[in-house]
Amino acid sequence: MSMNKAGRPTSAQSGQKSDHPTFTGNKALQIEEPLIFEVGETGKTGVDLPEPEPHETRLGGLERQNIGLPGLTEPEVMRHYVRISQKNFAIDAGVYPLGSCTMKHNGRLNEKMARLPGFGDVHPLQPESTVQGALELIDTLAAWLLEMTGMAGVAMSPKAGAHGEFCGMAAIKSAQIAKGDARSVVLVPESAHGTNPATAALLGYKVRDIPAREDGTVSPEAVKEALDSDVAGIMLTNPNTCGLFERDIVAIADAVHEAGAYFYCDGANFNAIVGKARPGDLGVDCMHINLHKTFSTPHGGGGPGSGPVVFSEAIAPYAPVPYVVRNGDMFSLVESVDAAEGAKPFGRQTAFHGQMGMFVRALSYMMSHGSDGMRQASEDAVLNANYIRAGLRDVMSQPFGDQVCMHEVLFDDSFLKDTGVTTLDFAKAMIDEGFHPMTMYFPLVVHGAMLIEPTESESKAALDQFIATLRDLVQGARDGDLVRFTGAPHHAPMARLDETRAAREPVLRWNPEAPAEAAE
Amino acid sequence: MRYLPLTDDDRRTMLAGIGVQNIDDLFADIPDDVRLKELVDLPRHASELEVERQLGAMAARNTAASSVPFFVGCGAYKHHVPASVDHLIQRSEFLTAYTPYQPEISQGTLQYLFEFQTQVAMLTGMEVANASMYDGSTACGEAVLMAQRLTRRTNAVLSGSLHPQYRDVVVMLSDMSETPLKALSADPEGTEDIIASIDDDTACVVVQTPDVFGRVHDLSKIAAAAHEKGALLIAVVTEVISLGALKPPGEMGADIVVAEGQSIGVGLNFGGPYVGLLATRQKYLRQMPGRVCGETVDANGKRGFVLTLSTREQHIRREKATSNICTNSGLCSLAFTIHLSLLGEAGLMKLARINHANAIALADALTGINSVEILTPSFFNEFTIRVPGKGAAVIESLAEKGVLGGVPASRLVPGQKDLDDLIIVAATEVNTPQDREVYVKALTEVLS
Repeated sequence: MSMNKAGRPTSAQSGQKSDHPTFTGNKALQIEEPLIFEVGETGKTGVDLPEPEPHETRLGGLERQNIGLPGLTEPEVMRHYVRISQKNFAIDAGVYPLGSCTMKHNGRLNEKMARLPGFGDVHPLQPESTVQGALELIDTLAAWLLEMTGMAGVAMSPKAGAHGEFCGMAAIKSAQIAKGDARSVVLVPESAHGTNPATAALLGYKVRDIPAREDGTVSPEAVKEALDSDVAGIMLTNPNTCGLFERDIVAIADAVHEAGAYFYCDGANFNAIVGKARPGDLGVDCMHINLHKTFSTPHGGGGPGSGPVVFSEAIAPYAPVPYVVRNGDMFSLVESVDAAEGAKPFGRQTAFHGQMGMFVRALSYMMSHGSDGMRQASEDAVLNANYIRAGLRDVMSQPFGDQVCMHEVLFDDSFLKDTGVTTLDFAKAMIDEGFHPMTMYFPLVVHGAMLIEPTESESKAALDQFIATLRDLVQGARDGDLVRFTGAPHHAPMARLDETRAAREPVLRWNPEAPAEAAE
Repeated sequence: MRYLPLTDDDRRTMLAGIGVQNIDDLFADIPDDVRLKELVDLPRHASELEVERQLGAMAARNTAASSVPFFVGCGAYKHHVPASVDHLIQRSEFLTAYTPYQPEISQGTLQYLFEFQTQVAMLTGMEVANASMYDGSTACGEAVLMAQRLTRRTNAVLSGSLHPQYRDVVVMLSDMSETPLKALSADPEGTEDIIASIDDDTACVVVQTPDVFGRVHDLSKIAAAAHEKGALLIAVVTEVISLGALKPPGEMGADIVVAEGQSIGVGLNFGGPYVGLLATRQKYLRQMPGRVCGETVDANGKRGFVLTLSTREQHIRREKATSNICTNSGLCSLAFTIHLSLLGEAGLMKLARINHANAIALADALTGINSVEILTPSFFNEFTIRVPGKGAAVIESLAEKGVLGGVPASRLVPGQKDLDDLIIVAATEVNTPQDREVYVKALTEVLS
């Protein structure tokens, strides 16, 4: 027998196709994973528990017999959730330029701080004497937010941006009712986030739309024209959803105040101007701050968020309970409307005190960056967006002309005219190139909108690759390489999903009667 | 600055590429007189070590629940969470993803949301659930609004045993939308007759079980009475572990169930973030608020999941949306789903038995003290005791002795004198027989 001197082949075989089907349907690192209901068993558990002490029940005769929930052991649970996690795109994995969503890096120190037992393992109804540090943290974050915004008061309890919008508008409504000047209309620009009109409607207001002018901003004249004695206020996003700073914002604020109305600023895009301008100097009466955008608490696949609201002097007294009061080194909570001294809270928006876990992360971010780092972050975010604009302006189309943008740059789909490629196709083709698509079809005022927000977290090298890729995609669309677009994504864990079917015949849960084979 | 990849060289090159002189040219739309020329008056950037020191000092001023005998509940509960839960939710692919708007590269999030919705429906005994709300209290508020839409009526009737802060949320919503509301007064003795308050204008009846004082309720009669008048029953559960022992609201006629899911997978976090559960009947799903994940197929016919029914939502419907809500409690719902996958039916039911057994043992031990009386004959893992004197003062004295002994009812319902001597006490699997002994000894001393 002779030695096989060649040994294991080490060179790639040329000419072999790489899309050979597999027996399992798996593709190496991409592994198909059923639902827990298809693999778990009701009698199995991954938690070892001691036997309870012998006892008679005192459940009022309402004992439950079964639930139907499957259980899995720890190794099975680990594998299940690790496998499905690998079907997710994430900021840590690549460029995630979702305009208006602010996918910046999530510092891991912030996670570590939120898990300190003194923050993460404290009950909201413990005696105040045992939670002085937690109250101090809330008070400190509140003070930092007030300094950053130049405002007079803050409500910390709103659970997310939309919850903050409600908070601000409820405070405005209460202030006007207290003055004997209840009003019925709220002005909302057409470019606004959908939450703005939805919030106004929840509070019983009628919504009056304000059109944008040619350059994508709101004109003071249009606002003045819409103002009358029925108008409670305006809800205006600044920088706006087209990525532009509302340069007439001070004039708009003056006109609103002159009409006896108030200025609610949607702070979703505050991250562009932190350390560069303060809402308090712009005439804003209320603004929510998305801690999960501006101050980098993780988006977590859709929450939890946190939406504290800052207030002007005029509105601050109407802020909701609870709030923290500082007395020297000691802190206390005001938890009920009746206990509020010198204030007229509109009520309570949530049980307990707000998203403490997010407060810790946001303060950790703010302390890490400091006054200088936060300003630098805003500048880099704006610089990165403009760098993308400059890199693409000759091949993609901007709806309002080539002008300086803030932290995000907006394109429309006119550059795709006659190519047979839509904004959706273009976005899906980006997936194949390893990028998360930009925000698409928002804002609604622009046809086929593509809103790109790179944030300050991207390096120049990452931006250069992003720009080169988009230029190549534009070229591909012009060259008529339709398959690249209309069939995209070709390389994602899933091909395009049928959303119409999902909405027409909603299947919102796994059903034991309908086994998986039937569904597939 | 450790979080900012651009170098000064990069910045210069990029500004030149854009065609501007300096960074302030990019901020020229901010009127000059309001543009900040100086840094705001806050400390400069800090190293990890410095931040850890400062925040660590604040954390050290708090008493962590695990460090003492701990019996505080009322809507948030101290439970043990397996280590694998926190490990998994910190995976980048879950932690640093956005809302799954691009389903082809978000199946991880979408699949667990589908699992979550199924678990919540099973747990509550309902047909469908959404992908979670901010927390139990805001879910309760949304459920009332949903019932108002479904019945085209405005009046809600709130049980006096509903968690007072949940009640405050609903009251605030009704104040703000100027709709009528009937909130019964606090009912520690369990004597209220809520059925008498239901009439032809009632949109919904909101009842909690186990209620804020710990008492367990059979909802069947209330459901029947509500339905007879064309009203809906909203059942509220603030201790979701109880559903491992108690007949679920769905089997007692509830139309909407809302719950605080914190007990499964989510820590105490001083009150948030938590995870709100909302489940209902299939026929009501188009009026259900919040995000929903649904099953479908991709272009190759492979099963997959997407966000669906978005025509209810604010980004499409704007002022006509079912709610202004645009997030769920994503990562907390993942923690919930993972923990519940580990427990399964067998684990959850056993965990519930342990909680119940510990609460019975504690109740018996505390009522062994002469002057202590229990108000709740039936309960799950939480009950109410009457003590001589003021509950708040007793709790404070216990804290000085290193025991966190519960919640004085006066903290939740200030100004109602007949509640001043009541304390709401919770026991879970984390309490040991020694904790119980320490509590009894401390309370005996405080009361003597």
